[in-house]
Amino acid sequence: MNIQAMAGDIPVEGEHSIEGLDFITSGDQYLTFLLAEEQYAVDILCVEEIRSWEKPTIIPNAPSYIKGVINMRGVIVPIVDLRLKFNIGTANYLETTVVIVLTYESEEKSRTIGFVVDAVSDVLNVESEEIKPAPAFGSCVCQQYIDGLINNENKVVTLLNVAHLQQVEKHILHK
Amino acid sequence: MTVDLSQFIPSFLEESFEGLELMESGLLDLELGDNETIHSIFRAAHSIKGGAGTFGFDNVTEFTHLVETLLDEMRNGQREIHSKDTEILLESVDCIRLLIEAARDEQDYDHDKIAQTSKRLTDTLGEAQLIDDADSTNSVVKCQGCGYTITFIPSHSLAQTGNDPIFLFSALAELGELTVCANTDDLPALMDIDAQELYLSWQLTLITDADKAEVIEIFEWVEDECVLTIDSLPNIVDEAPIQTLIITESSNIETDIESDKTEVSEQKNSPDAIINQPLSTSTKAIVVKQPDNDDKKKIVKNKGKADLGSIRVGVDKVDNLINLVGELVITQSMLSELGNDFDMANVERLTSGLEQLLQNTKELQESVMRIRMLPISFAFNRFPRLVHDLAIKTGKAMELVIKGEQTELDKTVMEQIGDPLVHLVRNAADHGIESSDIRVANGKPEKGTIALDAYHQGGNIVIEIHDDGAGIDTKKVLEKAIDKGLIDANATLTDSQIYDLLFEPGFSTAAAVTDISGRGVGMDVVKRNIQALGGRIQVESTLGKGSTFRVNLPLTLAILDGQLVKVGTETYIIPLLSIVESLQVDNNLVNHVSGDMVLYRLRDDNVPILPIYKLFNLEAQCTEINNALMVVVEADGQKIGLMVDDLLAQQQVVVKSLKDNYQHVGGISGATILGDGSVAMILDIPGMINMALEQAQKAQRLNNTGNSSLVAENYA
Repeated sequence: MNIQAMAGDIPVEGEHSIEGLDFITSGDQYLTFLLAEEQYAVDILCVEEIRSWEKPTIIPNAPSYIKGVINMRGVIVPIVDLRLKFNIGTANYLETTVVIVLTYESEEKSRTIGFVVDAVSDVLNVESEEIKPAPAFGSCVCQQYIDGLINNENKVVTLLNVAHLQQVEKHILHK
Repeated sequence: MTVDLSQFIPSFLEESFEGLELMESGLLDLELGDNETIHSIFRAAHSIKGGAGTFGFDNVTEFTHLVETLLDEMRNGQREIHSKDTEILLESVDCIRLLIEAARDEQDYDHDKIAQTSKRLTDTLGEAQLIDDADSTNSVVKCQGCGYTITFIPSHSLAQTGNDPIFLFSALAELGELTVCANTDDLPALMDIDAQELYLSWQLTLITDADKAEVIEIFEWVEDECVLTIDSLPNIVDEAPIQTLIITESSNIETDIESDKTEVSEQKNSPDAIINQPLSTSTKAIVVKQPDNDDKKKIVKNKGKADLGSIRVGVDKVDNLINLVGELVITQSMLSELGNDFDMANVERLTSGLEQLLQNTKELQESVMRIRMLPISFAFNRFPRLVHDLAIKTGKAMELVIKGEQTELDKTVMEQIGDPLVHLVRNAADHGIESSDIRVANGKPEKGTIALDAYHQGGNIVIEIHDDGAGIDTKKVLEKAIDKGLIDANATLTDSQIYDLLFEPGFSTAAAVTDISGRGVGMDVVKRNIQALGGRIQVESTLGKGSTFRVNLPLTLAILDGQLVKVGTETYIIPLLSIVESLQVDNNLVNHVSGDMVLYRLRDDNVPILPIYKLFNLEAQCTEINNALMVVVEADGQKIGLMVDDLLAQQQVVVKSLKDNYQHVGGISGATILGDGSVAMILDIPGMINMALEQAQKAQRLNNTGNSSLVAENYA
């Protein structure tokens, strides 16, 4: 067994310096995730943690996309299924299904909500001028939730507005 | 050395409010008159004055000074205590509170009121002065226009104890014109200077009409740490030419004195006319004018508004807590030792260890909760004053009896119960107690009695507000209710149902609206506030004998005893306090009435059955009423039977809010985390009853849409 050859596969620190440089380039970072085939992104500074899917406790008489609440280290966190909310793809709960817990701090209070997505994919570095306004032709995702579009290679990533996503009262209104 | 005084302001405010409360209760007791009470009132006023002076709340100092002078005269027996004076003093306490609150919130206050009260105070003082002068037995020697020379040699460590001569000098400067000469003889060479030591001493000349005691008082805090001589000036030589450095802003004094330490170039050799002794060569005079307080106010403004609140906790409670934590640590180490090499032979030790852990946790929990507990006297102590004022306002004779002041209650509950209680006491005074002649005519003692009582009952605290007044006239209430269209004219109501009408919005039986009560706004708010705290209110009344309002409150809002139940896959918690009983449904006792309403005959009551799965849209295992498990709960006097799949354990749960990250959910009062880490919802029984009622009404409306024209006609 050639240990040397095996070790060659393991990245050595400094070797992937171009990727490492990502962190010191200007621009904001965004976490991208998948809803069915589509890519979406949220501001990475809002991401509290990424959890695997666990069955939450049902909130009585809540709209179908609010799956319930979970206990995250003693904090009661509601879970919103974005696929149901935006009506994209099918809401299957597989081993790869993850929950992105976002915390958004507005002036009055901070709010923590978990969002169910199909998979987490990447972290993007985006300059603010790279974010383009989204044309309002879609009907699934309400315009207020979209901050803009980002071109990522040959794909388009939809940048979501965390502040609006966190307003549960609005979630109820739009059911 | 300067200390940022603003950090002490919150404690000053806290102490001042405590002092004011002490003054108030003292003044109310004063009518009986004993020296000790006057002393304690005086001490409270004095420390408020002192504190306010330190922090630059000058209006407070000025005003309190007047109060203090009046109290001082009372204390020295120069003035007899009249009820008129007590009234003025009580009013002054209000004014001081107003001023301190204004200082705290950095807001403006009612200048007129302060001016009025201070005028009344001065007038009262003036009267006494006149009498004094007439008697020519003036014990206080006021030396008009004279002054003092003060030699102030502080010990080197003075500054280390938190005292700053600058503050002393500004306080002195407030009394009159002050001339300060710093003596720098003791100043060591620059190399030998310890920055924390104070090497200076001072010669001060104060031209003032204040008496010597006031001057000494300023040095009260540093008396033990300095050599202080105060001599009266025989006469004043105003025109003495002195080399002076005039400073108008007190903020500059500090830096100037600092610079004096090194800058000794300006030497002065001429003997000073004002100061008796010749000055040494290296001194320099500074005239401190009345300090401008603008800068001090700015410091206050910088202080953040965030008032997180604080609790004073008895040392015994903290000690107890430390003991418990100690025990917990011992148990923990025992268990971990046991776990290191565990074999089945040790099972017994493990169980006993776990039992101990359970015991420790329970005790610890109780002790921690007890820290939040305060005696209810905190809420009660405002009532003597309130009743006193109400008695004057209404012209009725009444007294207040307080019992069970030591009963402990959670701080949050206490803060929120204050206003409803005030309302109930006002009502008792205004509507309950009759005027003296009516009372005498009815063979009752002339003086009405309002009694406040608090005691524990189970996991609840009960607060009773009792008056021996006219009682509630059920007929009158009923008439009014029919008048207002709250109930049907032919309805027959039990007494307790009639009393409940009092809590309807807009209901008032008072013949005339007074400024105390009678507008019909409030009792509904009282009830709502109490319900928001998870409590309830009951009324008992006998016509002609009086009425009792009984408020039932949970001891704490953070933890509740719950019954765990299962519905479908979900676990719910029913607050144990609301449970009447749990039973298995006997089909013979189930009645279907008026279409879709299902009632259960529980002894004499007909209890509507409410399946939780229907209300919450869940999948349940058990949908048949026959033989189902039912938990009978009660809220607002309404019993309902909740159908559940299974009854699980009873346990204490910690209440967590759903509103933090979500919003209010109908029928749910909060959530909790169970032993296995999962979340369970806590049922809100009154909320569920309302939900069921709303659903029923909605269904009714849907049914009625066909007959809508008929309904419209009826309403027209």
